[in-house]
Amino acid sequence: MTRPKLLALRVAVAVVLIAMWHVGSTVRIPAGVVSAKAVFPLDPFFFSTPLAVFERTWRDFASGVIWYHLGVTLLETVLAFVIGAVGGVLIGFWFARQHTVAAVFDPYVKAANALPRVVLAPIFALWLGLGIWSKVALGVTLVFFIVFFNVYQGVKEVSPTVLANARMLGMSERQLLRHVYWPSALTWVFSSLHTAVGFALVGAVVGEYLGSAAGLGYRIQQAEGVFDVAGVFSGMLVLAVFVILIDAGVSAIENRLLAWRPAAVAERP
Amino acid sequence: MGVVAAQVPLGTALTGSAVTLAGLRIAFPAPRRREPPFTAVDGVDLEVATGEFVAIVGPTGCGKSTLLNAAAGLLVPSAGRVAIFGEPLAGLNRRAGYLFQADALLPWRTALDNVAVGLEVAGVPTGEARARARGWLDRVGLAAFLQRYPHMLSGGQRKRVGLAQVLIRDPEILLMDEPFGPLDALTRQFMGNLLLELWGAARKAVLFVTHDLEEAIALADRVVIMGAGPAARIIGEWRVELPRPRDIAEVRLEPDFHRLYRDIWSTLRDEVAKTYARGEGPL
Ligand SMILES: Nc1ncnc2c1ncn2[C@@H]1O[C@H](COP(=O)(O)OP(=O)(O)O)[C@@H](O)[C@H]1O
Ligand SMILES: [Mg+2]
Repeated sequence: MTRPKLLALRVAVAVVLIAMWHVGSTVRIPAGVVSAKAVFPLDPFFFSTPLAVFERTWRDFASGVIWYHLGVTLLETVLAFVIGAVGGVLIGFWFARQHTVAAVFDPYVKAANALPRVVLAPIFALWLGLGIWSKVALGVTLVFFIVFFNVYQGVKEVSPTVLANARMLGMSERQLLRHVYWPSALTWVFSSLHTAVGFALVGAVVGEYLGSAAGLGYRIQQAEGVFDVAGVFSGMLVLAVFVILIDAGVSAIENRLLAWRPAAVAERP
Repeated sequence: MGVVAAQVPLGTALTGSAVTLAGLRIAFPAPRRREPPFTAVDGVDLEVATGEFVAIVGPTGCGKSTLLNAAAGLLVPSAGRVAIFGEPLAGLNRRAGYLFQADALLPWRTALDNVAVGLEVAGVPTGEARARARGWLDRVGLAAFLQRYPHMLSGGQRKRVGLAQVLIRDPEILLMDEPFGPLDALTRQFMGNLLLELWGAARKAVLFVTHDLEEAIALADRVVIMGAGPAARIIGEWRVELPRPRDIAEVRLEPDFHRLYRDIWSTLRDEVAKTYARGEGPL
């Protein structure tokens, strides 16, 4: 499929969905068809209307209030991602190279990863306050494990022949780390990067939602508190666009760094 | 047999031995506990003199790759010893270059960077390493494929990059595991002649594994035949005294080549028959 055609189809999906939402929330079904009174298929009280949501979003950007909250969420996301990814890479490498360490900590790593992160949010708020760091911590617990497991896998799954060849070509342990293990782990990290970035954002937004004074999650929570459905949907819209932009950035970096991969693997569905 | 083919006794000691395998046994642990280990090769004696080109021929699965791995120091023998230039081998064989049977290029490096990597890790400046790598890729006929990643190359092209990758380090011993396996007949000839030309210029000790008897005779100074496994042994050695320099395609037309080929085949057949009669056959 050509790119313009793909783009057109993607836009068409959004247009159809929004049109259905618009019609459903503005055109009543006449009385006597499904109930005695005339009703909206999508009651605007619960679903708002696309126009109201766009209008609200426009107003937030025009007045400038949203920028501050976006900035806070972006900062939390970036911090959570960087700290989680660096930690995941370092510890993933360490575990993959030290069999004893990996064997000893294995059950604890699994247990920690299985813990639902939402239960941690109040604890982080208690420890780190209601500022950005409790949200960053929540994001880190999500990002860390994704990157950790992928680096661990990447180092473990290096082809034994490639490894033997590298050794025979005179590489020292350090050079193996740099020229073989690292590039191999990097592919795995990148295959998980989209998920990891997404989770960094989830950590930030959930943390804000559960208790803070700034950020997109806070905005959504505030709107929900007063049954301002247009405000909630507007927050989700901004969040969605935000995710797509970040994801496009990740794809661009990925394509540059992983040019050596066969196209069938490099191309994401 | 005449001057062309003289069967040499097993385990002949040669002066100036580059690789010595003596009484070598290699056993792999069984996948399940309690089962006895699998003995791949047993009682293998083999010497490669400095500057000698030795070809190992044997049925698939008999343990040819296993022998090369032992000579490379990648496998520790269960019994027997490996010596390199007279010294017992401990750890990796740093004086050998190894062209693996399976794909072994670094997938994240271009052909050029794959060839240059051996020099880079030895401390040669990147610019110089690349320049020399370019020269080597030119020699193996891949000057137009410098910037390709391994997955963009054909099987034969990958093997040629692998050859350049090994030879650029100028190893004293060359271990080659079915290097021309995936190549078509023409490329095989091209590569065979190239290998002989390079070898003729620098006379390294070569241990060359193939399952193709014709190829072995055309290339080597000595052909070693392995029996079928498990516990495979060397069942015969022949000296090839065809004149050098040889051309892979033309040497096959010589009557001496045919005589040797037939001679080896008949022994091989007898040996296989004997193995079956003893009940030690591959079945
Ligand atoms: N790592 C291993 N573990 C167990 N068995 C092995 C291993 N590597 C090779 N073998 C067995 O040893 C025998 C010789 O293998 P190999 O040297 O690869 O044969 P080939 O002559 O085809 O190169 C085969 O029967 C193979 O199944
Ligand atoms: Mg093999």
